[in-house]
Amino acid sequence: MRQVAIYGKGGIGKSTTTQNLTAGLAEMGKKIMIVGCDPKADSTRLVLGGLAQKTVLDTLREEGDDIDLDEILKVGYAGIKGVESGGPEPGVGCAGRGIITSINLLEQLGAYEAELDYVFYDVLGDVVCGGFAMPIREGKAQEIYIVCSGEMMALYAANNIAKGIAKYANSGGVRLGGLICNSRKVDRESELVEAVARRLGTQMIHFVPRDNDVQRAEIHKRTVIDFSPDVPQADEYRQLAQKIDENELFVIPKPMAIDELEAILMEYGVMD
Amino acid sequence: MLDMTTKDIKERSGITINPCKTCEPVGAMFCALGVHKCMPHSHGSQGCSSYHRTVLTRHFKEPAIATSSSFTEGASVFGGRSNLNTAVKNIFDMYDPDIIAVHTTCLSETIGDDVGSYILDMEIPEGKYVIHASTPSYEGSHIQGFSNMMMGFINYLSKQTGTKTGITALFPGWVNPGDCRELKAIAKAMEVPVTMFPDFDNTMDSPMTGHFEYYGAGGTPIPEIGRLGDASSVIALGKFASGESFDLMQKKFHISGASLPMPVGIALTDRYIMALRKISKKEVPSGLEAERGRLVDLLMDATSYTYKKTVAIFGDPDIVYSLTSLCLEMGMIPRYVVTGTPKSEFETLTRELIDSYNLEETCEVKADTDLFWLHQKIKNDEVDLLLGSSYGKYIAKAEDIPFVRAGFPVLDRYGATIQSVCGYKGGVYLAEKIIDALLSRYDRDVADEDFECVL
Repeated sequence: MRQVAIYGKGGIGKSTTTQNLTAGLAEMGKKIMIVGCDPKADSTRLVLGGLAQKTVLDTLREEGDDIDLDEILKVGYAGIKGVESGGPEPGVGCAGRGIITSINLLEQLGAYEAELDYVFYDVLGDVVCGGFAMPIREGKAQEIYIVCSGEMMALYAANNIAKGIAKYANSGGVRLGGLICNSRKVDRESELVEAVARRLGTQMIHFVPRDNDVQRAEIHKRTVIDFSPDVPQADEYRQLAQKIDENELFVIPKPMAIDELEAILMEYGVMD
Repeated sequence: MLDMTTKDIKERSGITINPCKTCEPVGAMFCALGVHKCMPHSHGSQGCSSYHRTVLTRHFKEPAIATSSSFTEGASVFGGRSNLNTAVKNIFDMYDPDIIAVHTTCLSETIGDDVGSYILDMEIPEGKYVIHASTPSYEGSHIQGFSNMMMGFINYLSKQTGTKTGITALFPGWVNPGDCRELKAIAKAMEVPVTMFPDFDNTMDSPMTGHFEYYGAGGTPIPEIGRLGDASSVIALGKFASGESFDLMQKKFHISGASLPMPVGIALTDRYIMALRKISKKEVPSGLEAERGRLVDLLMDATSYTYKKTVAIFGDPDIVYSLTSLCLEMGMIPRYVVTGTPKSEFETLTRELIDSYNLEETCEVKADTDLFWLHQKIKNDEVDLLLGSSYGKYIAKAEDIPFVRAGFPVLDRYGATIQSVCGYKGGVYLAEKIIDALLSRYDRDVADEDFECVL
């Protein structure tokens, strides 16, 4: 079982990318579980066709810790299993602690069964506190992909996340598998992201072009491969799935100092 | 037990060994127990309040009541609002206090519970009160927690109408019930009407009556705390426990007065009495003068046995400062003066006090340190006497040093909380204990041919 965590700046398309790529893997016959680690609980709506299940923490809140796995784990497109950790309402409590609680609960309930080929953790925005680092702490995800674009703040966040990975790499054995560029149609985007990836010691594993087919599928609460299997964008996700399945480059990233990062942005980002 | 402590003092960071302080909620809980019919409430998990109650109960040999929000995993994720709402309802239903004093804990502070707004939105029965103070244990010490809770009471309850009550607000600081009684007795002798807040007389030393009551007869009544805003003057004893409340009274109600050290020994009791005299404008009664004279007499009589004796004093900043003053009056050398409370002002003030005696010997004053440091220091340069809380007994045993217990907590002896160390009478009590400890050691160690019945 490969455990994979997807990080990246808020709004960059982590959930969309994760679900579309897992649809690709499922098409290849892989058995997959997605664990949404975001209090918004929207990491599985495309594979489950809407917000289908109660979150782990909502169930914990209402029914105590005597939880039945069936209540929180639902099966969607091509047998992909989806679990949402959920969290407290905005402004109260501790969402980070919520992630820790819910992953521990999933382990106790036996959600990590042996037949699974992949577990994907879709984690909110940045590694803001220890709770959001839970998926990369000891014994959890071994590989990380960072979703980014050629925009400065997305790369800034990617560098920050690399710091988090480097920190846990020695104790937890977690490695960076690559950057996934979810294109925003920025100038020289592919070159820029590739340059940043090189400096971090990793690769840009795939360049996902921007396409309205993603939007159309999302409106219908489905992944592209599920909703429109024949469009070119579906093939992009199939390729991404293939590359991740065959990936052998796992590194401890070397995060950059801010001025180093800014220099790369200047080099590639400023057009004459 | 502490045989492995080495002489070699190394710069340490990130570790405290044998701490000389405890956590903020202990102070908040203690402060709240000095208010009449008050239930201290710990907004956190049950283990917190269990520990805090235990340490207070073991010091006072009296049950310290308190309730808890009983945080579980769920509360730490979703916040503690519903726990607190349920707790407040249950507490008023079951234990019927007049007021609930909520203090926070590390957990509720870390998840960011907004206790103030919870209380605003809460249904509180007519004529009852709920107040709160923020007491994260990862900063300050129990002294800061005590101070925060005092300010919590004042901020929630005290009002200003503009009509002066003619009463002086008397903040005793972190003291025992016996001290409260003595401080009130002195104020009465000086004919100054006071509201003592908080007041532990008859709460943490309730007399045996044969039946148990949740709330003692003592404690500052809530209406009196309410009228503090109209007090004519304020005397705050103990810079570190009461100083911030003194400043608050000035800032909020423009009431001035005196912020003084805990009145232990001659000079510091003089200052307390002079501050009272300034308010009453009356002569000091002959009874108090005689008490003072007796203390002076005692210290002079015993001076050949106390002069130049070295002492290590440790504990909470207010009591340690004042014990240092008494020891200096006895002609002793306060070789090491130590507190675990992280307040650098303690070092400045204590240093000034020691410097005013122009000693030839060096004295070390240190705040924000631990008993391991003190033990290492004593290993390098031993002292004749150890003066502080029960936690010193391990050093006393390892180094075979006479030990007098004073301050908080005293967990292994009985009766001290009923006595006073404040005032001239308190000076006599403490001096007697110190002289007794030094002479017992002298008798133990002296050669047979020098062993005398008369000393």
